[in-house]
Amino acid sequence: MPNHSLKAALVALAVFAAGCVSAAELELEKEQLKLGFIKLTDMAPLAIAYEKGFFEDEGLYVTLEPQANWKVILDRVITGELDGAHMLAGQPLGATIGVGTKAEIVTSFSMDLNGNATTVSNEVWALMKPKLAVDAQGKPVHPIKADALKPAVDAFKAAGKPFRMAMVFPVSTHNYELRYWLAAGGLHPGFYSPSDVSGQIKADVFLSVTPPPQMPAALEAGTISGYCVGEPWNQQAIFKGVGVPVITDAEIWKNNPEKVFGVTRAWAEKHPNTHLALLKALIRAGMWLDANNGANRKEAAQILSRAEYVGADYRVIANSMTGTFEFGRGDKRSVPDFNVFFRYFATYPYYSDAVWYLTQMRRWGQIAEGQADQWYIDTAKKVYRTEPYLRAARMLIEEKKAKKEDFPFDTDGFRAPTKEFIDGIEYDGRKPNEYLQKLQIGLKQGQVVEGGNVVSKQGAT
Amino acid sequence: MSTSTLAIKREPQPEAVATAASEPPPPPSKPKAQDPLWLLRAYKLFTAVGLGFVNPIIRLCRGENSRLQLQELWRLLGIPLLAIAVFLFAWSQLSARIQTSLGQIPGPMAVLHQAESLWADHKAERDKAAAFYERQVKRNADKLAKNPNAEIRAVKYTGKPTYIDQILTSLKTVFTGFLLATLVAVPLGILCGLSPIVNSALNLPIQIFKPVSPLAWLPLVTIIVSAVYVTSEPMFEKSFLISSITVTLCSLWPTLINTGVGVGSIDRDLLNVSRVLQLKWTTKLFKLVLPSSLPLIFTGMRLSLGVGWMVLIAAEMLAQNPGLGKFVWDEFQNGSSDSLARLMVAVLTIGIIGFLLDRVMHTLQSLLDFGARR
Repeated sequence: MPNHSLKAALVALAVFAAGCVSAAELELEKEQLKLGFIKLTDMAPLAIAYEKGFFEDEGLYVTLEPQANWKVILDRVITGELDGAHMLAGQPLGATIGVGTKAEIVTSFSMDLNGNATTVSNEVWALMKPKLAVDAQGKPVHPIKADALKPAVDAFKAAGKPFRMAMVFPVSTHNYELRYWLAAGGLHPGFYSPSDVSGQIKADVFLSVTPPPQMPAALEAGTISGYCVGEPWNQQAIFKGVGVPVITDAEIWKNNPEKVFGVTRAWAEKHPNTHLALLKALIRAGMWLDANNGANRKEAAQILSRAEYVGADYRVIANSMTGTFEFGRGDKRSVPDFNVFFRYFATYPYYSDAVWYLTQMRRWGQIAEGQADQWYIDTAKKVYRTEPYLRAARMLIEEKKAKKEDFPFDTDGFRAPTKEFIDGIEYDGRKPNEYLQKLQIGLKQGQVVEGGNVVSKQGAT
Repeated sequence: MSTSTLAIKREPQPEAVATAASEPPPPPSKPKAQDPLWLLRAYKLFTAVGLGFVNPIIRLCRGENSRLQLQELWRLLGIPLLAIAVFLFAWSQLSARIQTSLGQIPGPMAVLHQAESLWADHKAERDKAAAFYERQVKRNADKLAKNPNAEIRAVKYTGKPTYIDQILTSLKTVFTGFLLATLVAVPLGILCGLSPIVNSALNLPIQIFKPVSPLAWLPLVTIIVSAVYVTSEPMFEKSFLISSITVTLCSLWPTLINTGVGVGSIDRDLLNVSRVLQLKWTTKLFKLVLPSSLPLIFTGMRLSLGVGWMVLIAAEMLAQNPGLGKFVWDEFQNGSSDSLARLMVAVLTIGIIGFLLDRVMHTLQSLLDFGARR
């Protein structure tokens, strides 16, 4: 008997010890990782986690590699050439439900909020400007709504030219933000249908895909008349003198989720501890970026301006990273929340954020048939994995590297309903179908796009 | 010592060389006869390597006809240098006038400056790598101290590849692709040359695949390699394989065709002799076919390497595989104020390396030619 209890005590001790070890140092399944990113300022958490040694603190040896475009990034994560990557919030969702390439991608880390803007060419700006309301200093009043774009679109139509704008990927946040802005201003951005994935059915404004860093060049070449993209490619347009940013995405939807850190489901299941270690490093990077009211942002902009990361000039990157944003040459305004990396629980993967993107996929026909509310919520829960995030957060608190109030431990995964959209329409992540019903332009429950027309399907639920 | 005395003696007879062929000695008038064999070989080697201008310098030093040698030197060295000077001048004058969205087109000095900064960057990165390895050793030591059975893995530096690294990667890739191409093309070419049946069977596919651009092969190669090459501990990076195989597919053809032509045009009499002597086919191959078609095989290989180098840069750009092409693409995307100058450094580097590769092949070719004739 005494022997027995001694054994039990030893086992208990061993379990306790193992628990301690796992908190301090994870048993990593894989130490050498290659992570992909696109040259945008919102890849900052990856660069900071590398440069500040947060990856190495977790015992991870990470190589960061810039990629050509979002399609390449997704494909390389799927084939395993990359362990994980900087992704558009819509990418893991789109891939999982099969919009575009089908693959199971999950995310447990939201990289940032906001950070995009829409820029138009000088030619279009000249057509927009006369109609804009101006303030006492003669500067245009913000936010500028898409109705102001209408004269330009009409002028193009009259001249028999299509009005083309670019976004970065069919399931990109930019696509949905730009569409939201255009539709809120009465301009139709076009539907997708299963047989026509160009997304230009019935469109007033023709949207197409261009990789972020090529946007200013495409605008300069006249291939497109405007674009929606992340930084520094809007500020670059000003420095190059090829275009004028008119609206930031924070004005279209305040604190909208932007990029996520995506891995395949198989990878996450095979490397749970490595995944946790990555999340810990990334959370610390997010905290560093937003610490002390953005005191570190200048240093971050310096790091990002290196050729191996974003590589644009420091002044271009700093323009939006340090709490300001330049609309038009010399029109620099204070936009403290242009990039949010940690505040407002920015790094927590909220289900409601995922559901919003799913509603937009449905709205524009990428999800061809109507779905029940529960489907939206189930899909969000399948892709947005909050449990590893919270485990990583708890470990950081244990290690005294973070505080309990930094993380939303008591949330059910849905942000409170908000009206902070450019058109003031309320969004509640728990009721996606009700939300879709409220949006003027866009598919409603029971509608499908067939042969270039919207038709109601009888009996659809 | 002796050269200087010779030079003095010879100076009063500048027309000596012209008459040298017909006249019997006086010795200074027949300088070529005096050149030792090794020197003649050296002359030949210098010409082959592309350093032909060294020859008149040596001749001058040896005191040969100075006017003629100076003329030669002017033609081989002076004119090219002058042309480069004119080019640089025109560049610096014109570049200042073109304003792009990234600022002025950089002149030669700005480009040189960027080349230096890339080199400085390389050295700085090496220092960072050293610090990285130090940290790693320390971390591993700590790990072992805590748990003696811990598994320790050596991890390579995780920082960015520098410009020099990219050049080396590109060279490694192009040679791998070229080697594969040669291994496939030479045997196939020999078969084509020896057998009319094989020749007519392969002719059409060769003609069809030859003009295919690397950009068309690349997606196919990428997809197939990703599907076929699945290992947990890969020996090569996938991207390396994809680039190499694309190079192979595009650079195969010149070697294949030239080998075929080379083998096909062997003297019929020689082949008949081998038949009469009933030589074994291996003997026939190595003693007869290969030696006589070697010059054309090498011409083909030289063309192949040139094609391969061009293809590689395009493949790296499109597939985002490490190497010079990736560097060009990244700088294009960066769009910083240094980007234009860096792009020019890259263009010059690609050109110079391509030139050197061609020279190496040319040298090998002329050495072999020389050997074959003897």
